[in-house]
Amino acid sequence: MCRIAIASGKGGTGKTLVSTSLAWLLAREGHPIAYVDADVEEPNGHLFLHPELIDRKRYARPVPELVRGTCSGCGECQRFCQSNAIVALRDRIMLFPELCSSCGGCVLACGEAALGERPREIGTIESGTAWTESRDPIRFLAATLDVGEARATPLIRGLLDRVEDPGIALIDAPPGTSCSVMEIVKAVDRVVLVTEPTPFGLHDLVLAVEMTRALGKPVMAVVNRSDLGHDLTQEYLASEQIEMAAEIPFLPEVAEAYAQGRIAAAASPELCSLLIPLGRRLIAEASS
Amino acid sequence: MKQLAVISGKGGTGKTSVVASLAYLSAWDAPVTTADCDVDAANLALLLPGEDIRVEPFWSGRRARIDAQSCTLCGYCAERCRASAIRVQDCAVVDPLACEGCGVCALVCPVDAVSFADNQAGVWMERRTRFGPLIHAALGIAQDNSGKLVARVREEACAVAERDHIDLILVDGPPGIGCPVHASLTGCDLALVVTEPTPSGEHDLERVLALLDHFRVPAAVLINKHDLSAELTSRIEALARRADAPVVGRLPFSPEVPRALARGELPLAVEAVSVPLCEAWERIAALLSRSTVGALARPRALTDSLI
Repeated sequence: MCRIAIASGKGGTGKTLVSTSLAWLLAREGHPIAYVDADVEEPNGHLFLHPELIDRKRYARPVPELVRGTCSGCGECQRFCQSNAIVALRDRIMLFPELCSSCGGCVLACGEAALGERPREIGTIESGTAWTESRDPIRFLAATLDVGEARATPLIRGLLDRVEDPGIALIDAPPGTSCSVMEIVKAVDRVVLVTEPTPFGLHDLVLAVEMTRALGKPVMAVVNRSDLGHDLTQEYLASEQIEMAAEIPFLPEVAEAYAQGRIAAAASPELCSLLIPLGRRLIAEASS
Repeated sequence: MKQLAVISGKGGTGKTSVVASLAYLSAWDAPVTTADCDVDAANLALLLPGEDIRVEPFWSGRRARIDAQSCTLCGYCAERCRASAIRVQDCAVVDPLACEGCGVCALVCPVDAVSFADNQAGVWMERRTRFGPLIHAALGIAQDNSGKLVARVREEACAVAERDHIDLILVDGPPGIGCPVHASLTGCDLALVVTEPTPSGEHDLERVLALLDHFRVPAAVLINKHDLSAELTSRIEALARRADAPVVGRLPFSPEVPRALARGELPLAVEAVSVPLCEAWERIAALLSRSTVGALARPRALTDSLI
């Protein structure tokens, strides 16, 4: 098993395009492959892979609940809670489960066994199989955060716990460099950063590289829209000795497939030939 | 004072370029405060040059430390830590990148070996730009308190706006629909959703509009690169109608825009984009009940002064 995060820093650089295309390419070559959509706030992989879903489960995390009639109003739970999820009034406590980090400490801090825990649903985890046109399977896993829910990381943890197949798991990450992305990077063997050669792209690439390195994970880069012509990105990658795994110029057939909700690699032999070396690298690494 | 948040759901639809352009257009009437709330990939400052006149540390959260002298290696802390941040072998070690500072370890430690250190999670800055003050921030590397840093940027933007008697704050929001987005929306009068006519753009717009409905923040929609797909553009317009969100503008795709951005110029410098942007600003200003002066005369003057 080899887990690879496809991440980016800046949004809209082509993470989903690269991860769905890589999954399709490797499946077509007969490799066991899983595509995992961990952009739980805005999951989009299903729009291109069109998976057959076989399982759909609600996901819950523990939050405190009051066991009736036992609370003395001592306020220990409120003093303990770092998330401001508990307000103790003179005669009762108020719970704000949306702020709770599910650490479980309030239950331990309560001297009167007045608090217990209950599951709070925060999203849905789906699994199934997507198929290439030659019926090669791509195992599909995705999670969707409920609208209005603030904390994505517990759901991401729950999703990644379900990645178990042998072979390669390509994990499509959200943009950014903060909690959600870190949760994914901590759980993978390698990170592929998709960037575009623009000042914004470079600025966010640098942050993503530093975050990935701080977490001790090997990193390589895919430069999408490489024709935008901003040499500083290439210079940065060279000076940091970051391997450039692929350079993808603007390809009209890729843009068209994307607009129609199809896998870009299936529509573009040129994109395939650009991504094959990266795919082979990942296969070699997974089997070593 | 009015606050406009620019968000998108999907990343890379053009939020930051739109915010910088709106800052330019609104500054024709009066100075404006801008706030870059995409704190883990902050780019607005790249388009709004100026001098950072204040740089302040952002302290948030705490990290556990275990005193090796008093620790008896009992392992209760590691057992109870749901963040899996403690490893007990020859000594008990806290992984600062995993620790959430909840304090469960200190609660269960029988010998009081746990203490806490305050955590600097980033910095925030005030910049003087030609359009007015910009509050921006940088989250520390591998830091996870982006929602709280967004809240701080918002607070400071309000304080600066009050100090300088500025009655408009433009908030450049992060992608997604999670906590930093919630923090970007709190107390805003209007949210402008920048979207694009792609399957991902449509899907993400639907979730963002549901979020705005959930928080009861009025929404408006700006369609970027509308000419990529007439079909998806009309589907997006139908989606906006159902959510009672006026479509304030459609910007055409232009290869000149990334080139302008690469030169550090605003998309307003591109003629094909500047006219619809000015018109969009007129509509947004009306939704914010702001009067504007001679906006439609601006495009030509803009291209002259920007290039």
